[in-house]
Amino acid sequence: MSNLAKYLMPFLFAASAISLAHAENLAIVGGDVYTAHDGAVYEGGVVVITDDKIAAVGGADTPVPDGYRVIDATGKWVTPGMMNAYTLIGLSEVSLEPSTLNHSISETFYSAGFDVSYGLNPDTPIIPITRIEGVTRAVVVPGFGVPFDQNPNKSVFAGQAAVIHLGGGYDLVVKGQAAVVSYPANAKVGGTRTAVLDYLKGALHEATPPKGKKKKKSNGGGRFAKAPEDKAALARVVTGEVPLYINENKASNILQLLALRDEFPDIRLIILGAAEGWIVADELAAANVPVVIAPTSNLPGSGFDSLGATLYNAGRLEAAGVTVAIVNGGFSSAHNARLLNQDAGNAVAHGMSWNGAFEAITINPAKIFGIDEDFGSLEAGKDADVVVWDGDPLEVMSSPDHVFIMGKEVPLVSRQTRLRDRYMDLDDNEMPFAYKK
Amino acid sequence: MKPLTGLLLGASLAALSAALPIAHGAEDGARAPHASSYHPMASVPTMIINVNIYDGRGGLIENGSVLMKDGDIAAIGASLEAQEGTVVIDGQGKWLTPGIIDVHSHYGVNASPGMNAHSDGNEVTGPNTAEVWAEHGVWPQDPGFARAQASGVTTLQILPGSANLIGGRGVTLKNVPARTVQAMKFPGARQSVKFACGENPKRVYGQKGESPFTRMGNVAGYRAAWAKAVEYKRSWDDYYEKAEAGDEAAKAPVRDLQMDTLMGVLNGEILIQHHCYRADDMANIIEVSKEFGFKITAFHHAVESYKIADILAGNDICSAMWADWWGFKMEAYDGIRENAALVHNAGACAVIHSDSGTGIQRLNQEAAKTLADGNKAGLDISRAEAWGWISYNAAKALGVEDQTGSLEVGKDADVVLWSGDPFSVYTRAEKVFIDGALVYDMNDQATHAVSDFRLGLTGEGDDR
Repeated sequence: MSNLAKYLMPFLFAASAISLAHAENLAIVGGDVYTAHDGAVYEGGVVVITDDKIAAVGGADTPVPDGYRVIDATGKWVTPGMMNAYTLIGLSEVSLEPSTLNHSISETFYSAGFDVSYGLNPDTPIIPITRIEGVTRAVVVPGFGVPFDQNPNKSVFAGQAAVIHLGGGYDLVVKGQAAVVSYPANAKVGGTRTAVLDYLKGALHEATPPKGKKKKKSNGGGRFAKAPEDKAALARVVTGEVPLYINENKASNILQLLALRDEFPDIRLIILGAAEGWIVADELAAANVPVVIAPTSNLPGSGFDSLGATLYNAGRLEAAGVTVAIVNGGFSSAHNARLLNQDAGNAVAHGMSWNGAFEAITINPAKIFGIDEDFGSLEAGKDADVVVWDGDPLEVMSSPDHVFIMGKEVPLVSRQTRLRDRYMDLDDNEMPFAYKK
Repeated sequence: MKPLTGLLLGASLAALSAALPIAHGAEDGARAPHASSYHPMASVPTMIINVNIYDGRGGLIENGSVLMKDGDIAAIGASLEAQEGTVVIDGQGKWLTPGIIDVHSHYGVNASPGMNAHSDGNEVTGPNTAEVWAEHGVWPQDPGFARAQASGVTTLQILPGSANLIGGRGVTLKNVPARTVQAMKFPGARQSVKFACGENPKRVYGQKGESPFTRMGNVAGYRAAWAKAVEYKRSWDDYYEKAEAGDEAAKAPVRDLQMDTLMGVLNGEILIQHHCYRADDMANIIEVSKEFGFKITAFHHAVESYKIADILAGNDICSAMWADWWGFKMEAYDGIRENAALVHNAGACAVIHSDSGTGIQRLNQEAAKTLADGNKAGLDISRAEAWGWISYNAAKALGVEDQTGSLEVGKDADVVLWSGDPFSVYTRAEKVFIDGALVYDMNDQATHAVSDFRLGLTGEGDDR
């Protein structure tokens, strides 16, 4: 969304709301309910949805109030919606077309303060394409080039991520400024990795609010922070109000990040990548630092930073007690964001527990990004993001039969299904295909 | 094959191999330059019994047996009797398939870890580099090869990149660890030539203000090259004809390495692998092929093949596709998840490819996804048929379908024993055989190949 669109938003929202399905009262019965809440599973269970919230979750004897629409899910799997913790949904339409990209800045006057939520395109076809595969929430991140080393943003800090829902409408953000994102390997301060950590610490020190005094309004213009927005964003990182979502793959560098706590005791870290996380899994667990990993990225990457990349990473991290969220590998985190459950399945094939992998795409990302009060598991009182699957959601041959986002059932239709239906029967061509709608 | 080529083929093949150092295998025990020096690893007669079998050509045998002997499939059937000295493996609850074939890999030419020094896939110095060969850029120590082997990939084609209209020759390899690329080359496999249409060439050269600047320039570039190649071939054909008639004054034309490649296509010795996304782009290339009399073996990426699957079937052209990649460039904007299934359903040759160092490691899952999506949309394709997308059809796209790609008596014993249903995300390649030799066993670390690069570095010990 452009800045202009922001001001127009009240009008746009009114227009779009008309086309949205309304939340309704309904009950999903008969399916195997995988709650992602302490491993609870109800075979032949019931999920009751009242308006936009989950009203009840339980076994077959859970009462269904009168007048509720009943969906028979016998033989199916019922789960919370999936959450992809690392995407460009809404910020990238066509990866190689700069005119459609709004995920990063190349200017240096602005870094940590850059807030992606202003650039989101709520009309992107990627939203329906992604949600009909069971993804209902996403973390949208700044400053990501394809691939990493082409990132135009050479700052240590790329900006601030937002958590969105994929339910449609023009009000997607459920949590703005959800994390400050950093890609140190990419930044190359002074042309090298070596100075990055020092720079990062310097910036955090500069942004640290003075102790014992009333907070002075930041005016930016420091040695590190170029804009007041940068300093404000970093101040929230120092106080732990907002996590630092930092990309690091190399084991020894991860340890250096964990040591940031010595200087900034309140800082909250989320390690993105962590390809060699398994080597320092015990340290990550002891520090209670979560990781967001792409398990299938198992080749040594550039810079010799991920020589230890392996499909066994997820299982080893889980065994050590690290909180793991799983995202998809591969080279586009907008268009392929729907593939995270395949990565989760592959993690299971290489040592992770099924439940651990399931949580890594539902409740764990919700916890890591602080929206677990409302999302991430099937529990009474949470938002009704519920998916009914025709099989095991981690299996590549499974797909959703119903998707509910905040109580609204979304049609299983996307631009891609429309294209498919148009060309499904090539013999049906008396008229040009353009007339098939 | 077009009539023009067909008529001349017999005469020119024999003459060409005498005149030009183009390899067609060993002659009189001596290996021709650039030819394969591959030798199968040591094997013992091995029989896998009680196993569910997808034969790669649509066949399914439940609780069957396969015997591998002397590098070949010696027998396949409902039940076989093992002779003494045969290793018998009980495949109860497991599945056996032909090995996976990836027709589109850049292992070796864009090796891991990605670095400037490993950038050997795109000769971005001119839009026509038909003279370069991928095999001369393949680094056999790319750690990717072992990852793919542990994923059930037994054969793969390494292609040059797609920056150029004509990127150069591709090479088909057996996925075995080796010191030289020659020792990996699939014996007898023809080379291919990589063409690219659409956005890449015009972006790469257009940005420099050079041709091609547009899709118009792309097609003009192919046509100019083909027009020259037709003349080149004529000059060689004339020469051979005169030489064979005893004309001692006949003078051989000056060799042109670019033109050698295109003439090889016109003579049916080199296969065209054409990177092309959009339906209209593919249609244009088919027109060019008719104009100059060559055969397109496969369109790669082929994101819009579903729109023209009937045309592709009618022209006997394979489509090598991803299951669900889309949107990373404008010509990939209309990608759909059912592409391969719809192409197959229209009677055209569907292949699932990777073009990815990680995607190559789960081509069975990629086939599974598009199969499930196609069937959910109303098609009725069996799993046994779908296995052909990553085995027999892929072999056909490489011209090696008589040697590999299906479990048939006499063919190479390129075989994978899967720990379970190979259409499941949880299943792993348990044992991988190439020419009957056990090259990888999930449960035996001694069989896990470690490339020179990995030796002594972090991560050496992990097979996946």
